[in-house]
Amino acid sequence: MEAIIIGIAKSAIRLATPYLYASIGETIGQLSGVLNLGVDGVMLMGAFSAFYTVLKTGNLWLGLLVAIVVGAIFGLLIAFINVTLKAEQGISGIGVYIFGLGLSSLLFSTMVGTVQTVSGFSPLSIPWLSNLPIAGEIFFHQNILVYGAFALIPLAWFILNKTPLGLSIRAVGQNPEAADSLGVSIVRIRYFTVVLGGMLSGIAGASLSIALLNVFQQNLTNGMGFIAVALVYFGAWRPTTVLIGALLFSTVNAIQIWVQVHGINIPSDFTLMMPYIVTIVVLAAMAKRRIHPPAALNKPFERGE
Amino acid sequence: MKKELSKITNLSKVEKVEMRGIIKQFPGVLANDRIDFDVHRGEVHTLLGENGAGKSTLMKILYGIYRQDKGEIYVNGKLANLRSPLDAIRLGIGMVHQHFMLVPTLTVAENVALGLPSSRKYLLDLDVVSERIKELAKVHGLHVDPKAKIWQLSVGEQQRVEIIKILYRGASLLILDEPTAVLTPQEVEELFQVLRSMINRGYSIVFISHKLHEVLSLSDRVTILRDGKVVKSLPIAEVTKEKLARFMVGREVLFQVEHPSVELGKVSLALEGIWAQGDDDLPALRGIDLEIHSGEILGIAGVSGNGQKELAEVIAGLRESTQGKVFIKGTEVTNWPPSRLLEYGLSSIPEERMRDGTIQKFTVEENLILKDHLHTPYADGIFMNFKNIARESERLISDFDIRTPSRHTSLKSLSGGNIQKLILARELSRKPGVLIASQPTRGLDVSATEYVHRQLIEQRTKLKTATLLISDDLDEILSLSDRIAVIYEGKIMGVVKRNEVSIGELGMMMGGEKCQGDGSLDTN
Ligand SMILES: Nc1ncnc2c1ncn2[C@@H]1O[C@H](COP(=O)(O)OP(=O)(O)OP(=O)(O)O)[C@@H](O)[C@H]1O
Ligand SMILES: [Mg+2]
Repeated sequence: MEAIIIGIAKSAIRLATPYLYASIGETIGQLSGVLNLGVDGVMLMGAFSAFYTVLKTGNLWLGLLVAIVVGAIFGLLIAFINVTLKAEQGISGIGVYIFGLGLSSLLFSTMVGTVQTVSGFSPLSIPWLSNLPIAGEIFFHQNILVYGAFALIPLAWFILNKTPLGLSIRAVGQNPEAADSLGVSIVRIRYFTVVLGGMLSGIAGASLSIALLNVFQQNLTNGMGFIAVALVYFGAWRPTTVLIGALLFSTVNAIQIWVQVHGINIPSDFTLMMPYIVTIVVLAAMAKRRIHPPAALNKPFERGE
Repeated sequence: MKKELSKITNLSKVEKVEMRGIIKQFPGVLANDRIDFDVHRGEVHTLLGENGAGKSTLMKILYGIYRQDKGEIYVNGKLANLRSPLDAIRLGIGMVHQHFMLVPTLTVAENVALGLPSSRKYLLDLDVVSERIKELAKVHGLHVDPKAKIWQLSVGEQQRVEIIKILYRGASLLILDEPTAVLTPQEVEELFQVLRSMINRGYSIVFISHKLHEVLSLSDRVTILRDGKVVKSLPIAEVTKEKLARFMVGREVLFQVEHPSVELGKVSLALEGIWAQGDDDLPALRGIDLEIHSGEILGIAGVSGNGQKELAEVIAGLRESTQGKVFIKGTEVTNWPPSRLLEYGLSSIPEERMRDGTIQKFTVEENLILKDHLHTPYADGIFMNFKNIARESERLISDFDIRTPSRHTSLKSLSGGNIQKLILARELSRKPGVLIASQPTRGLDVSATEYVHRQLIEQRTKLKTATLLISDDLDEILSLSDRIAVIYEGKIMGVVKRNEVSIGELGMMMGGEKCQGDGSLDTN
């Protein structure tokens, strides 16, 4: 029994990785007032580009870098549509998702064709800590992208709350007119947060294709990017609570996989539905809490002229 | 510490600012038409003019928010190119806007630090900022807690934060766009003390206000705008209240409205022991009893924040009352939804007009018919009657003198005062049986104020409307009301008849002293 729980916990930590990268990026973007629903599409592009690079070169770090660059390019595109062209953010996000989904599938079928595996980032035991009983096994025998995802939480918290940049980001999402009147460039801040979000989505995708699953197939993410957006609401735009949400979902995922692998007799459709049911239940429960999204979320900024 | 202080107080960057031949065209309006304007070190230069005359526009140009189409700006004799507020800030120019520019979820210190480089580079230095805020507060008498969140502060405190924000950036010319519109008389007095001592230290101020006594008491010079042009610019010693009003509107303005006596009708609005919570979940109303007869204006006097806002909201159905009953024309309407109250003949002019009373993205016309768009004459069955809508909105625009290029203009490009006139036009034209008017003339120019006052009296006299008038302006309360109820900490301290009370007595009651016994209505 203990081994089962440790196994599930360990895999929950692993599986939280893509959620964390994607939702922290989305959190920062939303705090500055930009809603990006295209996360899943960018994740797919990141996942494919990292996978393909590794498949061809065998260089994992190069694969990660390419995913970041592709994520950044998508971020630029999203920022251009939402910030410069001031498009309706919900709709344009869906567009970006479909584009990312379609393009990654197309590239996969023309450039790779069949499902193949690569050897991804392997676990890295942290000296001393990995020898701790139980915790050592759960937390400290993971690969580098998992460690990176967890390191991102305090980093994001620090940037948002302790730096002038973070202050500007929060102000731009709450009252862009006020920020503008003090000389904070709304356009610069929003481009920055959205491109950063794109890069993190790219990493989120890469973490699936070259660190956790080590494969690519069409629609590899299976809607994870949308859950990442939901986690931002769940976490009330705070990195620490986003972490709790991510862990909740990855635990559900881990249990679901364990059930499947061990052939326990529950219809697989049901286990696949679990994360989404949890999403809906949690968000419905959340609606009661008095937490407001950033006041300028989803509102393009125009100086009154 | 000494050195720091002197650094703050001995600013004299702006010796002279001159704007020459400023022209600014908006779609359909020439907002500024060849305006010359200047300010010198150590003076208060007031801009006066009707709603929509172009005051805010001119000042937004000086602060780099708008760009003039033509004309030059000189700071200390040098041509200045103001592309954004940042350029203006660098030259020592700061502006407090007509609508506050604060981030409500952030603290005072965070609002001040926003957009400034930190002394620790990539790390926020909020402790340093807080210290400097405290110094500035001490020097200028602008007391406020740097750690408080903006949403927790009163309007007066928020304004202090706005001023601190620009002083912190080293501004020595302060542009104050209607800073007193939302303040209580006491807060205005405090603000003026602060401003006078700043002037003595060599700061300069551009002041905008519609309240002529304030203009006379604070200014050194005054420039009057009408339709985007300068009509007069002269030292304050050469003007009187009447003269200023005449220059502004081009005719005589009566500062007193007639107040004919009327036969009182039945009780139209009655409150019995009303309790309600404020936004902070503490009781804001604690057992309010009131009766207003048809054909009567009942004024609510009180220091703002004593439950006036909650009282208006409870009656309008926007806030739940936890105890007690509300009656309109004898029917109990406690906690009815607003739509049902509207149908029942209740109209209300909300205090937060930018937020509650209008839809910014809609046109003037759409905003004008907003509450009655489901009924004749604006609708026939399920169709809109555009002919009637056009006719009625044209009539309201001209009756209420709403300055707008057309009825199709979107609301957000109207000047502050004209947005208010629009709401008044809509609410008063509904011929309500019961009217709640919260700060009905806040931000209005003298002639619009006069017009609204006459309308309120006319509705009372001719249509027998029962009006609840909430205002911070005691003169307004005294000149319009038939009876005056004083509110203090959510309770009515007493109800007195018009002409049977002095400002002094009202003042005492507003401070919490009970005068007329138990506050019952037996004063008639
Ligand atoms: N952003 C804008 N777009 C279009 N028109 C505008 C804009 N801002 C102002 N205007 C128009 O310019 C004119 C001057 O407006 P402004 O705000 O300067 O008036 P104001 O003198 O400050 O009036 P108030 O006393 O009501 O605040 C008005 O007719 C207004 O409708
Ligand atoms: Mg104005």
